[in-house]
Amino acid sequence: MTSPKMGPVGARPLPSQIVKDDEGALVAAAKAGEISAFETLVNRYERKIFRLTMNITQNREDAEDSMQEAFLKAYQHLPGFEGNSRFYTWLVRIAVNQALMKLRRRRPNVVSLDEEIDTGDDMMPRDVEDWGPSPEERYEQSEMGDILSKAIGELDPPFRTVFQLRDIEELSTEETADALELTVPAVKSRLLRARLKLREKLNTYFRQEKTSEV
Amino acid sequence: MKCKEIINELANFLDEALDPCLRASIEQHLDKCKDCRIVVDTTKQTIHIFCNSEPAPLPPSTRQRLHEALVKHLRRVRV
Repeated sequence: MTSPKMGPVGARPLPSQIVKDDEGALVAAAKAGEISAFETLVNRYERKIFRLTMNITQNREDAEDSMQEAFLKAYQHLPGFEGNSRFYTWLVRIAVNQALMKLRRRRPNVVSLDEEIDTGDDMMPRDVEDWGPSPEERYEQSEMGDILSKAIGELDPPFRTVFQLRDIEELSTEETADALELTVPAVKSRLLRARLKLREKLNTYFRQEKTSEV
Repeated sequence: MKCKEIINELANFLDEALDPCLRASIEQHLDKCKDCRIVVDTTKQTIHIFCNSEPAPLPPSTRQRLHEALVKHLRRVRV
C-alpha cells in the first residue's frame, strides 16, 4: 500500500472517488497500525464530515470541534470496528452523535430528537411551479452551495438531521432510524416533511415562469 | 386517489417502497394531475441536487487544526 502524506490544503477528489473500493484495505491497514492509511481516510472524508457537522450544528466552531472529535473517536475505536457496515457509515454515525451533543448543549430546550413531533396534517405544497430540467446549472457551484446550506439550516434540527442522513449521506431508512434512535415511521414522516419543506425553499430560486401548458 | 393521498405517500413513492398496486394508482393520478406531477418532480430534483452537491473545501485554518489535532493524538495513542 502506498503511504500518502496529508494532501495539500484545498485538494479534493471527484465525487466518484469518494467511495472507493480500497476503503476496506485502508481500514485494515489503519487497524494494523498504519497511520498513513488512517490519514488517507481522513483526507477522503473530511469535507463531507465537515458539511455534515455544519449542517447539523449550524455553528462553525461546533462543526469544527465535532468533526475533530469524530475523527479522533473513530481512530480510538477503530480496533472495535468490525466492518458490519461501511467505514464511512460508521464514521457518519460518530460525527452525527458529536454534532448533536454540541447542538443540545447550545440549545438544550429546543433539540430533542426522540420526542414525538407533530409533522402537521397539512403538507399540501403551496407553490407548485416547474423548475425545468437542470435548475442547478443556472448557478455557480459555490452559489449553489450557499443556497443549499441556507435552505437546510432553516429546517428544524429533527428534520434537517433526518434529511442529512437519509438523502445526503444516503443511509437507508433503517440505518437512519438506528443512528438517531428513532422508529422507522418517525424517520419516514420527518423525511417527508423535510423534503417538502426543502422543495418549497428551493422553489424560490428555481421556479420558472408559469405557462399555460397542461 | 386524491392529491393529499399522493403527498402522504410521496416519500415511499420516491424511495420505491410501495406495493405495485398503490404505485400504479399514484402513477395513474400523476398522468392526469399536473400539480402533483410537478411536486413529485421538483421533490425528486431537490433530493438529487442535495445528494449530488459537492462539499466545499475545508477552510484552510479548519483543516490545519484538524490535522494538527490528529497528529498529536495519533502520536500519543501509538507511543
